[in-house]
Amino acid sequence: MSVPMVSAEGVHKRYGRLEVLKGIDLEVQAGEVMCIIGPSGSGKSTFLFCINHLEKISAGKLSVDGELVGYREHKGRLYELRDKEVTAKRQEIGMVFQHFNLFPHMTALGNVIEAPTRVAGVRRSAAIKRGRELLDRVGLGDKFDSYPAQLSGGQQQRVAIARALAMDPKLMLFDEPTSALDPELVGEVLDVMRELAKSGMTMVVVTHEISFAREVGDSLVFMDGGVVVESGNPREVLSNPQHQRTQSFLSKVL
Amino acid sequence: MPEVSPSAGERTGESASGEPEAIKAIPVRHPGRWVATVIVLILLAILVQSFFTNPNFHWDVVFQYFVHESVLTGLVHTIELTVISMAIGIVGGVILAVMRLSSNPVLSSISWLYIWFFRGTPLLVQLLFWGFIGALYKTISIGIPFGGPQFASFQTQDFISVFTAAILGLALNEAAYMAEIVRAGIMAVNEGQMRAAQSLGMSQFLAMRRIVLPQAMRVIIPPMGNETISMLKNTSLVSVIGFSDLLYASQLIYSRTYQTIPLLITASLWYLIVTSVLTIGQFYVERHFARGSSRELPPTPLQRIRRLLFTQHFVPTITSSTQAVPVPKGGRR
Repeated sequence: MSVPMVSAEGVHKRYGRLEVLKGIDLEVQAGEVMCIIGPSGSGKSTFLFCINHLEKISAGKLSVDGELVGYREHKGRLYELRDKEVTAKRQEIGMVFQHFNLFPHMTALGNVIEAPTRVAGVRRSAAIKRGRELLDRVGLGDKFDSYPAQLSGGQQQRVAIARALAMDPKLMLFDEPTSALDPELVGEVLDVMRELAKSGMTMVVVTHEISFAREVGDSLVFMDGGVVVESGNPREVLSNPQHQRTQSFLSKVL
Repeated sequence: MPEVSPSAGERTGESASGEPEAIKAIPVRHPGRWVATVIVLILLAILVQSFFTNPNFHWDVVFQYFVHESVLTGLVHTIELTVISMAIGIVGGVILAVMRLSSNPVLSSISWLYIWFFRGTPLLVQLLFWGFIGALYKTISIGIPFGGPQFASFQTQDFISVFTAAILGLALNEAAYMAEIVRAGIMAVNEGQMRAAQSLGMSQFLAMRRIVLPQAMRVIIPPMGNETISMLKNTSLVSVIGFSDLLYASQLIYSRTYQTIPLLITASLWYLIVTSVLTIGQFYVERHFARGSSRELPPTPLQRIRRLLFTQHFVPTITSSTQAVPVPKGGRR
């Protein structure tokens, strides 16, 4: 069996005395789309932030593509990675945020080419060409020179997806990508994500869009209180939840 | 730009196109405002009249020395001091602000201590200290500290000129104030910006330089303009350590000619002129950093003149709101 893209074993995360993650075990295979659902405060987003080391885990083992996140193991001891190594690994993981977090002082194209030119060392002309292709791909071929403030929420989130894709990541993390959008704008973002899933991208999606999880997801994880309560095939989990907590959550959102 | 014509129909109700007409109401009268305006204008007239009739102003002397060589040299010194001290102050302020926000407790404490000291003592005292630094540290040496060998040694007196002392005094003090302004600016930038930059693989330094600081500039620039103008005037304090700035040059002249008031006016006029130039500069710098802002930019003077020349009427009431939202044709549905 090949190495899983993401592998978590007993991942804990504590903020002082508050324990947000209480032992997460899960695996995401390459090419898989995993959706994580659950009530707010259940630790879904925190877990996502741990995957690209924007949050440090307190205990357990978390690895991406076979390599530990944030540490190197040598002769049974853990060594913290240097900043350079951490940033190099982050380049391989794209992230899309609930509140888009586009850079407001740059145009849509400027947002997309910033990291390739400044971080990956891509030539500006090449980055612009690729940036235009990516914006075209998310349906914003006519918005290259628009500033984020001139775009709708849905358009901003699509720029954010293009920006993450510009670094050619092998894994994409989505943190409630449609939660901050007006209802009529949710569809356009989900369409882009659906297309991305079809292209074979490995995706971990924290979402409240149950229908998206059912249609697009290869697997579904229900988290509550910092633990994985239930996981499996989305259709089975959604139509026939085993746990009482899953049942009560689904009865409220479906 | 749609204009609401003041002559378009006196009656209310529907116009020919079926759209509701713009509201035309008699504005509320403000008699109090008129009274206040008249009083203020009369007082202003009295003041202006005194400028011309009071012989003690000696306007001829004011303008005689306005372009006097030593006044102009003083002016150049003042501008040099302002620009150099401000530049060092800004760079120092950014470094101190980043140190202050650092998670390293030593760096953040040292930054705090620096700000505490330089904001807590008067600038005049600091300038005097730098002026007399030679009395405090007789020599400055380069070498291994704590009793090790020394490679080079200078007499402090030769090394730190009056100009250097003035720059040090002004710049180090300014850095403390700028640090707090920059810190406020950095904290005003949404934390998500740093996270987004880091998620793309940017280092903290690059993210700070490319993403956070450019956005912080919008918050930083107005108080920074204030600081620059304060700095321009604070340079007049360096006369205490004998550096010949604009004010000192004027003082030298009136101590000879006893024309105190006219020369103080000469100096003040120059300060006003430089301040005006700085204010204009600030306006354009602010516009530069407002890129991408959702708030509409204020028009430049050139745009304002153009607008004045090419629009016929100025309609004072309610136009801004009615113009901003175009009425959909035929209303809803």
